[in-house]
Amino acid sequence: MQATETDPRPGNGTGEPGPIPVVLTINGTERRLEVEPWTTLLDLLRERLDLTGSKKGCDHGQCGACTVLVDDRRVNACLTLAVMLDGASVTTVEGLAQDGQLHPVQDAFVEHDAFQCGYCTPGQICSAVGLLKEGRARSDDEIRELMSGNLCRCGAYVNIVAAVRQVMDGTGAGR
Amino acid sequence: MTRLQAVAAPLPHDSAELHVTGRARYVDDLPEPQGCLHAAVGQSARAHARIVRMDLSRVAAAPGVVAVLTGADFPGLNQIGPVLLDEPALAQHSVDYHGQAVFAVAATSYELARRAVTLAEIDYEDLPAAIHLEDALAENLDLLLPYEMRRGDPDAAMARSAHFLEGSFRLGGQDHFYLEGQIALAAPGEDGGMDVHASTQHPTEVQHVVARCLGEIDAKVRVECRRMGGGFGGKETQANQIAAIAAVLARKTGRPVKFRLDRDVDMTLTGKRHDFRIDYRVGFDEDGRIEAITFGQAARGGCSADLTGAIADRAMFHADNAYFFPHVRIRSRRLKTHTVSNTAFRGFGGPQGMLGIEEVIDEIARHLGRDPLDVRRANLYGPAPRNLTPYHMEVEDFVLPEIMDELEQSSGYRERRAAIEAWNRTSPVLKRGIALTPVKFGISFTTSHLNQAGALIQLYTDGSVLLNHGGTEMGQGLYVKVQQIVAEELQIPTGLIRITAADTSKVPNTSPTAASSGTDMNGMAALAAARTLKERLTTFAAEKYGVPAHKVVFQDGAILLGEHRMSLRELAKEAWMARVQLSATGYYATPKIHYDRDQAHGRPFYYFAYGAACCEAVIDTLTGENRILRADLLHDVGRSLNPAIDRGQIEGGFVQGLGWLTTEELWWTKEGALASHAPSTYKIPCASDLPRDFRVAIWERGRNQERSVHRSKAVGEPPLMLAIAAFQAIKDAIAQAVPGRGSPRLDAPATPERVLFAVNELRGRTAALDLARAAE
Repeated sequence: MQATETDPRPGNGTGEPGPIPVVLTINGTERRLEVEPWTTLLDLLRERLDLTGSKKGCDHGQCGACTVLVDDRRVNACLTLAVMLDGASVTTVEGLAQDGQLHPVQDAFVEHDAFQCGYCTPGQICSAVGLLKEGRARSDDEIRELMSGNLCRCGAYVNIVAAVRQVMDGTGAGR
Repeated sequence: MTRLQAVAAPLPHDSAELHVTGRARYVDDLPEPQGCLHAAVGQSARAHARIVRMDLSRVAAAPGVVAVLTGADFPGLNQIGPVLLDEPALAQHSVDYHGQAVFAVAATSYELARRAVTLAEIDYEDLPAAIHLEDALAENLDLLLPYEMRRGDPDAAMARSAHFLEGSFRLGGQDHFYLEGQIALAAPGEDGGMDVHASTQHPTEVQHVVARCLGEIDAKVRVECRRMGGGFGGKETQANQIAAIAAVLARKTGRPVKFRLDRDVDMTLTGKRHDFRIDYRVGFDEDGRIEAITFGQAARGGCSADLTGAIADRAMFHADNAYFFPHVRIRSRRLKTHTVSNTAFRGFGGPQGMLGIEEVIDEIARHLGRDPLDVRRANLYGPAPRNLTPYHMEVEDFVLPEIMDELEQSSGYRERRAAIEAWNRTSPVLKRGIALTPVKFGISFTTSHLNQAGALIQLYTDGSVLLNHGGTEMGQGLYVKVQQIVAEELQIPTGLIRITAADTSKVPNTSPTAASSGTDMNGMAALAAARTLKERLTTFAAEKYGVPAHKVVFQDGAILLGEHRMSLRELAKEAWMARVQLSATGYYATPKIHYDRDQAHGRPFYYFAYGAACCEAVIDTLTGENRILRADLLHDVGRSLNPAIDRGQIEGGFVQGLGWLTTEELWWTKEGALASHAPSTYKIPCASDLPRDFRVAIWERGRNQERSVHRSKAVGEPPLMLAIAAFQAIKDAIAQAVPGRGSPRLDAPATPERVLFAVNELRGRTAALDLARAAE
């Protein structure tokens, strides 16, 4: 068992309640952490665990750049308090590739040029993985609708939808 | 053995694998240096006011705060203006817009910095504020001198015209909404040095502004940018302030400082696309052919000059779009308002100017009861004398008639227009419309001296190459394109060429990556560097192996020396042993361009990029909701350096233009506060906003007539203006909803609200007409 990791930052001195212990499985590894009650999952990932793949785009749950999977369900990590996730399993973009092999959605994003600046990409990919698990989308229209919470300012949507579609149909050419 | 073909290959983005695995590092992802502090700014709560009292003692005493900074504390100048010194990093004595930065703090955490800035006590004495463009026009608040372009005698010609129209309309601004907000990380070095990681399209200007604010020489400041999470013009000058505040705080505390803007702060603090009012008067013949035209363009500059002068100029340079005006006058005013200083945004005034003339053409067509496409065609540039722009440049490469012919056919415009009219007769509530519009966009900075670029190529003795140039990567694929150019020239795989971050200490005095010119200029500079290196190696190899220089051939990873053959690795090692320099710089200055601004006369553009779009829209006449059902884009990228990247630029540019003209609405309160400062209130396109049927094609016959890099054409900005077809299609749907009652009154963006108002206003005209008829 791992030693408990405490918040390394200097005390905030605001007299607010102290850290709370939580156990999270992050990308397959169990972590015992003490987190302030107001720490979001996104801040925990980015600031404490050095998992900077998930991005902070708007910090309001409206752009989707921070999308990660919690127990296979896609959530906005910026709106999810870490303490609410005690016992949960979190998968970030860093945890999708297995044994050096990209996840099929990652492969499809490369194959279809489904990004430009790349800032929304980790969120898009986690969202797509979640969508595929949900099994709700059948048509391009449904993909567009059910991916509409993930903004891409570069406007790479055509290729994003094509990439998701390819994995959904299992027609990936592979690389 | 064949030549290695890197250019024209649809290679993925150079960071593709990093992006999909989350390993691509942006500034906020870099490991924070030990002792790193976090900055935040306190923002003005007034649009225009004198600061009567500012007490920051509670801010300074707040937990975690290490330093508090005001404009008075700058070791150098408290000035971030790129052209004029009229914009403080931190307001002093008075504030000029709601949200302006007044002071800054550095604290031990981001959270504590943000909490601390809320504790300031500031008393203001309000001054008269002009918030909207109309306020500034009413008060005659000019930010910069007006400017005029003219050719011929438009007033006299207009008086002779058979037909005449005049009108006025408004078009809105646009927030960049790059997913990665503004950010800089400044670390003090020894002896006054300052290293800055900035998310910027213009590292050189950040270097200059940081040095200016620190009171140091430029050489002590190093600015680096590996990539941005989107720029779109919003990081051309707007990165200056962020880096300057971080650097001055770093100097003050002696510690590294990271300054990252929260989304709401980003949207209230930083500039946007200029909104415009455009007035016109036009005289034309029975075919809708323009005989004389005058434009009055009024741009809302905001509180400081920033790049407004050049942006308003470019709006004038595009007031003609693709059309010849026998007699023309364009007057431009650049107005001052007490709102954030508007700035560069993809197209840089071009879209505003272009929308102006497309509106006029549409009005002419509706006035004459003709198909707008026929009127567009009747007015296109042609052979001399119909080839002269309002700024006296000859249009030499006009391929639009071919592009428009092709698109008219491939989109089935004529048949679909007939089918839409028939469909509308049977559909009482939903109405459709269609439009086909062209784009002609001038390529080059209109500030001529910016049209230069540099590159640095270093060959190592294992045959690998390090590539650096002045261009920055914001997702547009510049880095992979330049890598392809160098790979082809040296005939080595792209995998042997290491792309490195834009860095003011490697390639100095660079221009911003802007004006769509990144690949044109940096590609050429890198090509020049590669050729210099190749020449040195060729001379060395020819001498050493006793073959004539022309027999030394770089081909597919090898160097052929007559019968002999060696790898670049071997040649590099041998050249090094023989003391041949393996590092080369390259430089490029765009030829042919000149512009006399006093006379409004010259050739500001090296060439033009062209394209055309056909869009079909549907509106709900009861709610104003609207959708683009189908879009066909045909765009000229010359000979594409990378069709995959170019296609992405065309699609993405169109989508961004679609947002500008349909859903993205900036809203200021009467107090001057930006009410739409987060994605909850500011709607950029999402996946489901795309046309259901979206057909994008690169024009296959494209070839740059000028000697651009591999005869390619710039592609960053031009496709944004293809979205004008979507706006015109919505307008067509409104006109078709209430037929025979003239042209709809529609300002941009065409939000559901505006569409509904336009439908109702047309219906009102009908009612008034019916009443008049009944009375007869």
